[in-house]
Amino acid sequence: MSQTYKKMLVDPLVDNNPITLQVLGVCSALAVTSSLNVAVVMTLAVTVVTAFSSMFISILRNHIPGSIRIIVQMVIIASLVIVVDQVLKAYAFEISKTLSVFVGLIITNCIVMGRAEAFAMQNPPLASFVDGIGNGLGYGLILLLVGFVRELFGSGSLFGITILETVNNGGWYVPNGLLLLPPSAFFVIGLLIWAFRTWKPEQVEEREFKIQSVEEH
Amino acid sequence: MGLRNFFDKLEPHFVKGGKYERYFPIFEMVESLVYTPKTVTTMAPHARSYVDMKRIMTYVVIATIPAIWFSMYNAGLQVNSAIATLGPSGWRAAIMEFLGVGFDANSIFANIMHGALYFIPIYLTTLIVGGIWEVLFSVVRGHEVNEGFLVTSMLFVLILPPDVPLWQVALGISFGVVIGKEVFGGTGKNFLNPALTGRAFLYFAYPSYMSGDTIWTPVDGFSGATALSISASEGYEKLATHGITWMDAFIGTIQGSLGETSALACMIGLAFLLITKIANWRLVLGCLGGMIGFSLLLNVIGSDTNPMFAMPWYWHFVTGGFAFGLAFMVTEPVSASHTNMGRYFYGALIGFMVVMIRVINPAFPEGMMLAILFANVFAPLIDYFVVQSNVKRRKKRNV
Repeated sequence: MSQTYKKMLVDPLVDNNPITLQVLGVCSALAVTSSLNVAVVMTLAVTVVTAFSSMFISILRNHIPGSIRIIVQMVIIASLVIVVDQVLKAYAFEISKTLSVFVGLIITNCIVMGRAEAFAMQNPPLASFVDGIGNGLGYGLILLLVGFVRELFGSGSLFGITILETVNNGGWYVPNGLLLLPPSAFFVIGLLIWAFRTWKPEQVEEREFKIQSVEEH
Repeated sequence: MGLRNFFDKLEPHFVKGGKYERYFPIFEMVESLVYTPKTVTTMAPHARSYVDMKRIMTYVVIATIPAIWFSMYNAGLQVNSAIATLGPSGWRAAIMEFLGVGFDANSIFANIMHGALYFIPIYLTTLIVGGIWEVLFSVVRGHEVNEGFLVTSMLFVLILPPDVPLWQVALGISFGVVIGKEVFGGTGKNFLNPALTGRAFLYFAYPSYMSGDTIWTPVDGFSGATALSISASEGYEKLATHGITWMDAFIGTIQGSLGETSALACMIGLAFLLITKIANWRLVLGCLGGMIGFSLLLNVIGSDTNPMFAMPWYWHFVTGGFAFGLAFMVTEPVSASHTNMGRYFYGALIGFMVVMIRVINPAFPEGMMLAILFANVFAPLIDYFVVQSNVKRRKKRNV
């Protein structure tokens, strides 16, 4: 069993990554990756919510009627998100202000719902918990990679510490303003997906359409 | 025929089974740059035309020649006129002094020479950096480097301000070639115009280098607004007090990106493209119609607070990048709509959007780049509706 726990934890990092393979949770990945501090807090928040919501849903899975299961899942997820939100407001107020609505929006994060529906409803609590942690970390890995690129090249710093001295402060680095805009994360995530699929060709999807070519004579 | 023999001798090494099979695209590129491609139609349908891709692309490059010459002349003219009051600065001025050409703004030669010192470094950077990406992708993916890149690189240079730092040129063309074209499969599969994609990247990444009043004439301490930003802040009637008449804007002796100031040079290029049927006239008609129609409508509506509402269509036509975009980017066949009916709509959408962005959006004084990219994205959708309406019409006929 320990082998499968490890698999549950490691699989979502690269082989079954929620963002780059399943392309879920992209909205928040665009919004909260302009600096690493925020990305780390968001990762923790999503990981905690996914892990505990999966666990609680898994505990209740045999008592939830199928026809209202989504509502029950939402109640559990929403309660956890509110707890996380309150904790952030109490202990990390500045960051919770930057995250603003995106903490609340974890409720609608497809990764949380996806794990609840696809995994927690069929598996025992501990496995669901580990699976939730794994997926939260897989999400976090991409957030950190994107945040790294965006903060380093967008404002010349990492975790708020200056790495590349910008021109405005008398240095040489001209910050790339595009990377501070949320849409730039589309490019970064797109390039990441490209890199992942070059590394692991089995992730490449089958073509929906094939360009027809007439036989050569 | 020494060169021909040289290529023939080399060829066996590069074709399938040869030593350097992998590098065939590079061989093919150099060979077809010097000679006509040898490929013949091998697949059905055996429709033949002398106008292959190489010829299309070469014609577009030829069409940009007036704009290229004028871009060098105007860049030099603006710099030389500014130097007359502010004094020379920078290495380009040093070269001009060294050669003894001087900074006479009335001398066409001195202007072109000085402009070339701005134009050529940007163009070389574009060619080298963009060329490396092209070759890299064609070697890895095994397709051929084609002449499309010559067009992309030329257009990209012509829409940059003369003062742009060369490392930004390198970044911009890299983004344009890789994200705008190669990730979607290369020439013919790019749904966005690669040159504009590169410029849009620079525009959003380094706004202070790509817009404002100090970038169009690279002389220290010089500040000159473009005709569009004057119109936006004071109204087009005030252009005359800044010394800009309609004729100046039409001929192009105004502030602006390298190749896009002269509506005249762009129109000569457009005429060439229309006569040779490289450009489709429906796109041009649609775009002019959309621009004229919407600006007339805004003239009628009027506004007390926004002077741009009153700007007549013939001023929209000569200012900013409208003429350049109309001649070389609206007419680009790959990213435009492919149905004849769709082409009118596609052109009209650009014409409408460019006036919309210039007049109603306060954030951007110029809208041609964004309007064309916007319409690029909608081109397949327009085609879809045209095809569907055609299907519907024919079904009705057969009931």
